[in-house]
Amino acid sequence: MTALAAEPATAALSLRDVEIAYRVRGRDREVVRGVSLEIGRQESYGLVGESGCGKSTVALAIVNYLPRNGRVTAGGIEVAGRDVLKLKGDALRRYRRDDVSMVYQNPGTAMNPSLRVGRQLAEVFRLRGADRTEAHTRSVAALREVHIADPESVLRRYPHQLSGGMQQRVVIAMALATNPSLLILDEPTTGLDATVEAEVLELIRELQARHSTAVLFISHNLGVIRRMCRRVGVLYAGELVEEGPTAEILANPRHPYTVGLLRCIPRGGLRKDRGKLDTIPGFLPPIGAPLPGCVYVHRCGLAQEVCHAEKPTDHQVGADHQSRCHFHDKAQSLPRATSNTPVQIPIDKGGVPLLELDHLAKTFRQEGHEIKALGGVSAILWPGETLGLVGESGSGKTTLARTLLGIVESTEGSVQVDGRTLPPKLGDRSRQDIASLQIVFQNPDSALNRRHTVRRMLKRTLAKLAKVTGNAADDRAQGLVDDVRLPERALSARPMSLSGGQKQRVAIARAFAGEPRLVVCDEPTSALDVSVQAAILNLLVDLQGSKRTSYVFISHDLGVVRYLSDRIAVLYLGRLMELGPAETVFDAPHHPYTEALLSAVPTVDGEERARIVLGGEIPSAANPPTGCVFHTRCPRFLGDICVNEEPPLVEVEHEHAMRCHIPIDELRHLQATPPPPRSRDAV
Amino acid sequence: MTRPTAIGGPGLPQLPVVVEGTPPLAPALDHPSRIRRETIKQIVRSPTFIVGAVVTLFWVVCAIGGAHITPYDPINDSFTPSYSPPTWAHPFGMDRVGRDVFSRVLAGARSVLEVAPAATLLGVVMGSALGLVMGFFRGWVDNVFGRLVDAVLAVPFIVLAILVLTALSAGSEGINVTSWQLIIVIGIAFTPIVARTVRSAVLAERDLDYVAAARLRDERAPYIMFVEILPNVMGPIIVETTVRLGYAVFAVATLAFVGYGPQPPSPDWGSQIADQYADVTLAWWAVVFPALAIASLVVAINLIADTVQQVLDT
Repeated sequence: MTALAAEPATAALSLRDVEIAYRVRGRDREVVRGVSLEIGRQESYGLVGESGCGKSTVALAIVNYLPRNGRVTAGGIEVAGRDVLKLKGDALRRYRRDDVSMVYQNPGTAMNPSLRVGRQLAEVFRLRGADRTEAHTRSVAALREVHIADPESVLRRYPHQLSGGMQQRVVIAMALATNPSLLILDEPTTGLDATVEAEVLELIRELQARHSTAVLFISHNLGVIRRMCRRVGVLYAGELVEEGPTAEILANPRHPYTVGLLRCIPRGGLRKDRGKLDTIPGFLPPIGAPLPGCVYVHRCGLAQEVCHAEKPTDHQVGADHQSRCHFHDKAQSLPRATSNTPVQIPIDKGGVPLLELDHLAKTFRQEGHEIKALGGVSAILWPGETLGLVGESGSGKTTLARTLLGIVESTEGSVQVDGRTLPPKLGDRSRQDIASLQIVFQNPDSALNRRHTVRRMLKRTLAKLAKVTGNAADDRAQGLVDDVRLPERALSARPMSLSGGQKQRVAIARAFAGEPRLVVCDEPTSALDVSVQAAILNLLVDLQGSKRTSYVFISHDLGVVRYLSDRIAVLYLGRLMELGPAETVFDAPHHPYTEALLSAVPTVDGEERARIVLGGEIPSAANPPTGCVFHTRCPRFLGDICVNEEPPLVEVEHEHAMRCHIPIDELRHLQATPPPPRSRDAV
Repeated sequence: MTRPTAIGGPGLPQLPVVVEGTPPLAPALDHPSRIRRETIKQIVRSPTFIVGAVVTLFWVVCAIGGAHITPYDPINDSFTPSYSPPTWAHPFGMDRVGRDVFSRVLAGARSVLEVAPAATLLGVVMGSALGLVMGFFRGWVDNVFGRLVDAVLAVPFIVLAILVLTALSAGSEGINVTSWQLIIVIGIAFTPIVARTVRSAVLAERDLDYVAAARLRDERAPYIMFVEILPNVMGPIIVETTVRLGYAVFAVATLAFVGYGPQPPSPDWGSQIADQYADVTLAWWAVVFPALAIASLVVAINLIADTVQQVLDT
């Protein structure tokens, strides 16, 4: 078929000093600056780095599919011994058909929305000469291989009729259908829930072993890389700054960038009252910037004169472990960029609770269906306290946040702030009530008006919510910008000229302009790189310390939630499954759903607990399961009682409530051992 | 649990701190004013734009200059014999009553360029307002106006215009159409088309979080529509304006051709053609040159529209 059989000695992929430039406004701008790497056959190799480092550009160059303004200016790329860059026309098509496959981040856009799955999958086989019936049988087999229980029905569906996890399985099935010698996965699980991600990763590992395919795994998530890859390369500004065995690099990083990245991640149960996260100061150099010395010199706490003047070479720092740093031996003594002094935030539990939710419920009506997105959530929050909200997408986290803010009108129950009951509709709330509850949205690009300057946004908010105008407003806007550590000139900037982290700082400043009592943070860092995330989390903690604000903090990243939250609420299908102090919820005994969520998250520290794979997807809120809503996927499923009776939310320990039929002592006993595997439910 | 030593987690010795304080702004490589300059430069340098702009500018100069810049008086100078073919002195020949066609074609730009831009502006302003309201409120507002828009679009333009113009000039002797009436008619005819474009742009914008953020500081609907959303849908509106302008020129000429426009002896292109097209076999120059004038202006404006669209869409 290919050169594979003939030359067993060649690597699946080899890059030699690859340089790639994009032509932007008449000038070639270098994005990849001499990357060399080799992936052996059947090996899995991880490529990590923050956005803009050139990860995807490398992937596109490997399939010879760079954007029209992109060009490999030097070096060579070989897949299974074949020079990819020389391929043209038919040869290039054959290469893409037979030798290499790519899986992209968003499975929803990787498939043609107007063609049935069956037709798209069959095409892969038809292209290689299979007739209609053969293509069909092979499609069915391919879907079986990715554990789709009812392939015939999936083949007849359109992509939008499948969930994200299912779509990604179909895409993986397509990618592996041709038995490629190299499979490139570009952030394949980034858009998926942790539970689904765990399943997809498991699947990739299993298939890789069976097909003996080499894998290039691109991700910004070190935890995922740790779970998936034997070797890892760290990319920064288009240079491979460190490369080596994954476990070795995570335990013993020898480049300041890797060290910095690892310190940014809240892990090992770190909490805000025990220490700050470290950050990486500064910014990635813009593409095409001339970098005569070390590419990381502008952000490195160890940088000396030699780092500015002289490009470091690859130093061999261990078996198969290289670091491109002049001071690789000192990398781990990199000084912190942020002090480690924790902030103590007193929680005032003496008086009236700041926020009281009483059976808050929201039912959406859609074409005659009733969708119970939020089913009676009760909780209280004290001044200065942070409540973390966790759960898969579709669990009602965002609906809860929007209902309490009034953006979405609640259908039942009430929201009380300082003992006053707020009207469900935003338009009926007084200015003070509106000012007291604010939000920081997930995506600052969407949350900030692109056409308004920062000054205008802040002053308008001050005028409307704090009734401050004129010079006083200018002073206050200046103060807000200082509070979120933006330079003064940020005031006259528009969102476009700010980085992602800076935009989020502006959004935070705006949320704090009206001196709110409570700020809802709806995944405020999930669109940001880890180093920026760390700085934003530190900022939120500082602001809470100085302003005594309470937070409702929504995140799918359990490490982040744990770092910030005093108490945690676990939601499933709009119901509160567990509520308790952060440490109690994270340590056994916990609700079986919490247990599954925790076990799904890939951590940088390696596997600490037995993994529980949750079968299937979260059920539709339009038609929730009977009894305990979690019984269809529960790893600790008891039997009829779970199917027929909804367990009440009861306080099982001091301040720790749970909705489960299994008594707490039995859970404690059970969770010392992993659950027996449960037969997979049909699709 | 063991943790790698490099991480400086809790319980590990504190490392010295070197950098603290405000981070610098992102590298100002792509500053907004710079991007705007680049966008304008990109438009202005495009050959299609240059051709379109030169031709349009030529007609604008003719419209402003009028009879002052034409070689002969377009209305009063008359030469014999009538319908004489093009010569060096009269490059476009002579019309039925012996007027210089070249002078009349140049002077004819005025009546078109008086009406078309104003009509476009009216249509774009009304259409944008309607589109903002429909897209912002959705629900029954969108339904009611949406059906109205469909109803207006279902009537062919020429029928709609004649209906309205006849109604406007009811009572007076014969047809007597003023520029104002033309502006209003074409403006009304364009409103639903612009409204549709703007509505779909607004629908995409209003789900963005900055609209929710505005509601969370107690803003009223008109503020959100016109101060928050409108600036963000200016791209499609500008494109629509240039496209509509071409159609407006076409509409003015068409209406003049069917008799709803400047009346003889006006040198208007549409009425020149209407006046003499029966004699086209006899004297093609009296019909073809005004027609070419219309075509050149419409094509020129479309060239500009194409460039603007291409640059703003990418």
